[in-house]
Order: sequence, then structure tokens, then C-alpha cells
Amino acid sequence: MIQIEYILVLSAIMMFAGVFGFMTRKSTLAILLSIELMLNAANINFAVFNRMLYPQGHEGYFFAIFTIAIAAAESAIAIAIMINIYRQLKNIDVDELTKMKW
Amino acid sequence: MDYSQFLTMHAELSLLVVITILFIADLFMCGDKKCGKGVYNTCLPVVLLTLHTVLNLCPCCGQCCSESVSAFGGMYQHTAMMTVMKSVLNVGTIIVFLMAHKWLSREENLIKQGEFYLLTLFTLFGMYLMISSGHFLVFFIGLETASIPLAALVAFDKQRYESAEAGAKFILIALFSSGLLLYGISMIYGATGTLYFDEVMQHWGTNGNANIAVLGLLLFITGMGFKISLVPFHLWTADTYEGAPTVVTGYLSVISKGAAAFTLLTVLIKVFACCAFVATWDWAFFWIIVASITIANLFAVRQKNLKRFMAFSAISQAGYLILGVMDGTAQGMTALVFYLLVYMVANLGAFAVISVVEQSSGKVGMDDYNGLYHTNPKLAFLMTLCLFSLAGIPPFAGFFSKFFVFMAAFNAGHPWLVLIALINTVISLYYYLLIVKAMYIQPNETPIACFKSDGYTRVALALCTLGVVVLGICGVAYNHIDALSYGLDTVARCCQGCGQ
Repeated sequence: MIQIEYILVLSAIMMFAGVFGFMTRKSTLAILLSIELMLNAANINFAVFNRMLYPQGHEGYFFAIFTIAIAAAESAIAIAIMINIYRQLKNIDVDELTKMKW
Repeated sequence: MDYSQFLTMHAELSLLVVITILFIADLFMCGDKKCGKGVYNTCLPVVLLTLHTVLNLCPCCGQCCSESVSAFGGMYQHTAMMTVMKSVLNVGTIIVFLMAHKWLSREENLIKQGEFYLLTLFTLFGMYLMISSGHFLVFFIGLETASIPLAALVAFDKQRYESAEAGAKFILIALFSSGLLLYGISMIYGATGTLYFDEVMQHWGTNGNANIAVLGLLLFITGMGFKISLVPFHLWTADTYEGAPTVVTGYLSVISKGAAAFTLLTVLIKVFACCAFVATWDWAFFWIIVASITIANLFAVRQKNLKRFMAFSAISQAGYLILGVMDGTAQGMTALVFYLLVYMVANLGAFAVISVVEQSSGKVGMDDYNGLYHTNPKLAFLMTLCLFSLAGIPPFAGFFSKFFVFMAAFNAGHPWLVLIALINTVISLYYYLLIVKAMYIQPNETPIACFKSDGYTRVALALCTLGVVVLGICGVAYNHIDALSYGLDTVARCCQGCGQ
């Protein structure tokens, strides 16, 4: 069986790839993808802790399922707002979202 | 299954009833398309919400208020303090609804007014769940229910580009912070194997704490810090507050922030009460508070847009609010809730004035307020009262609320923190008085014309003024809250075990 450390390292890499992407990407959609990476890293953590350390319950799995549903709801709202921005700017790069600063 | 346990969550249930009624009433709210006048708007939601508040406060006066109840195997926990907190949020929402009347009766918003009430009440529902959660899943769902519809509210003005930009900034940061928060919760799950607050607490008692859980705690504080907009996590605040419709900004700056701050305190007390953790979060909050108060004050001085200015003022006020969290004492909880109550009336009063001026003249710049006293003396006076209360000048409520949080932090053993906060109060006095100076002294050739505000806005302003003046004079409210509060020093389970 794969040891727990390997999977935790994978999820940590995913998490920080997400944080890095959130900081550096230009397109709002790419930022949204990076955030999904972060959420999925947490989901992997929940699943792997449940499977490897606490196999007597299902709490971790359930939490992961709820997180997926909530993430979908959040993406829906985020994309709706982005469509609204696109209608007015014809562009969704974060570099353009600078009308309000400082 | 025992169905009577649903009755322990009567606050949530009655709010759901209100939401359902408004959902049906939404069909008729737009009214006649030709004359364009709304029916049932403002009046119906306000009456329903008032009824809901009164109904939920009544059973609390009896004997059931003193002990805490839990339902659904401990997933839902309720104490009398939470009833107080929920009522405070209700009152704030009522004032926001009253403020919103003028904005919602504009032509482009007429068709959307039902949505405004529903979205607002759904966020309120999420805050209820978040406040009385006893399990990380309920907490997380509550938090997201509170923040997802809020993004839709921030982007409510579809035709205005700023609103959409503010919405995008808000939702991306909200998602980012929930990602961090989730990662933290997964660490806590990994360390303890359970997500029930009580069981996590028992786990620390028997097994001691793990380093991985400290990481979980720090990520948890980070996630909540974004929601309360404390300083290293505050960068979204000013932009979102400026772009959002003024009414929503008021809601965001008081109700959403207050619910998150109170939840932060209760979860820290319930879950991280072990000595080693208390030392960690005290240390983290010390620096967060110092940074929040100082940096926000310095940035507030240079703002020219009044909504942006209020955003930075709200960040520094959040710093003062979190002073009540230090060490998690019962006195701190009282001080936090009282501070929130006073901050709510003062801040909403200021936002009501900003909103009504913006609706009648379209101006939000600080220079536009020059000479407001000569054209609209009453509004200028109300604004002055609210700003004095925010700054903490003695006869008004703001002085006492600041005094109580300082006292709580001092008694918790943080004299230096209190000193820094005191110095910052003086700085904040400077920039609050800048607006007063603009309104009373600064000459202006084209001041905002004299206008009459509608009845609902007047009621909102009257409620805020009443709060600012009365809460300062009679300390009964503080005593009532104090009788219900609890903290690490009064709950017996504090600092058991942890191998110390």
C-alpha cells in the first residue's frame, strides 16, 4: 500500500501550486482554476486521512463531498460575475480590473 | 430520531419561514409595470424580520437561556449568548433594509428588489448556522452560505462596472480564503480523527496537541482573517467596499464582519482551548491587531472617497473588535458583543447618510461633503454623532465600547497592546474629524443641494442615532450581555490535560 506521506506531499504540492497560481496568473479563469486546485488538495487530505488513519468512520469523505458541492456553487457565482465583467470590458484579465486602486 | 430537537434551532427555522414568505411575496413586489411602484417592498421584510427577532428573544427571557443546548449529536450547539448575537445581527439587517428603500426603488432595481431581500436573508441564515455550529462541516457550510450570496449582492448593480469589479475581487478572495481554511480543517481532522468540536477538544485533553494541529489553527485564523478583513488579509476590503452598492457595503462592514468575529471567538473557545494553542493564537492576534489598527489608520488618512475611507475605518475597527478575543475570557466576549452592537449602529448610521446623499446627488467624494451643514444641517449632525461614536468620544456609546474592549485586553494581560490601541485611537480621531471639518467649516460654492429623505431612511437614521446615544448612557445592555457570556476562564474544561 502507498504510504500516507506520499499522498500528503502530493496534496501539499497541489495546495501551493494553487497558491502560486492565484498570485501569478493573469486571466481570472486561470485564477479560478488555481483555487480549485487548492480546494482539491484539501479534499485529498480529507480522503487520505479518512482512508489511512481513521477508517472506522466516513467523516472525511462526507466533508470532501460537501466541499465539492460548495466549490461548484462558488465557481458558478464567480463565472457569472466574470461574464458580467466581460460584457463591459471585453476582457477578463486581472490587469484590467484596476479602476479602483489604493 | 427525536424530531423535537429541531426546536432547538428555532431561530433558523423562523428565519426560513420569513425567507419562504418573502420568496412568494417576491412575485408581487415589482407591482404594476406601468407605474413602476413596488408593493410589499421594505415594509413586509422589515415587519417580518422584526417579528422574527421579537419571537426569538422572548423564550430566551425564561429559564432555558442559562444552559447551552445541543442537537443532532452535537453538530448544532446553542447558548443564550448566541441568541443575543443573532438578535444583534437581525437588528442590523432591519436597519440595512430600511436604508435600502431609496436605492431599491430606482428604476433599474425595481424588478430585482425581491432578490435583494432573499440574498441578504440567506447570508443571514448562513451566519446563524456558522454562529451555532458544533461541527466543522456545519461551520464551513454556514460560512459559505454567508459568503456566496454576498458576492452576488456586491455585484448587484449589473449596469455599473465598479460593482462587477468589486464582486470579482470579493469572490476570488473569498474562494482563496476558504481554500486555506479547508486545508487547515483537514489538518485538524488529520490530527484528531474527528470534526465534532467537543470530540476535538477531548482529543487534546487525552492525547496532547500535535504540531500539525498548530498549522491547522494558523490556517483557520488566516481564513477567518480574510472574512473579518484583518490586516495582512485586508487588501480586498477597500476595493470591494468602494465598488459595492452603498447599502451592501454597510451590510458587509457590520453584519458579515461581526458574525465572523463572534464565530472566531466561539470556535477558538470551543476547539482550541488547550494552553499551548491559547499561547499560539494570542501571539498571532497580538501582531494582527497591531498591524490592523496601525496600517488601516495610516491608509484611512489619505483617502478621498468616503466609501473607501469607511473601508479602512472598518478594518481598524475590526482590529479593536478582535481585542476581545485575546485569551478568550468571558469579559472579552461581553466586550466583543457590546463593541459590535455599538459599532453596528454607528457605522450603519454613517452608511445611511452616505447612501442617502449618494442616492440624491450621486456624490461620494470627501470634497463633495464640504458645506453639507449649510444645506442639510440635520444629516450633517447625524453623521457627526456617528463619527464621534466611531472615534470614541466620551458621551457617545463608542467611548464605552472601546473602554470595555481595552479593559478586557488589559485584564487578559496585554498592557502594551492596549497602549498601542490607545495611541491609534488618537490617530483615528484625526481622520474622523476631517469629515466633520469638511461638513461644518470647509467652504464650498456648489454644496450638495438640500433634499428630503423618505420615511424609511428616516426611521433607519433615527434607530442608529437612538442606539449611539442610548447605548452610551445606559449600561444595562452591557450588564445583560455580561450575564450570558462565557469564556475560557469560566468554562471548567479550560486547560485540562495537554500534558502540562
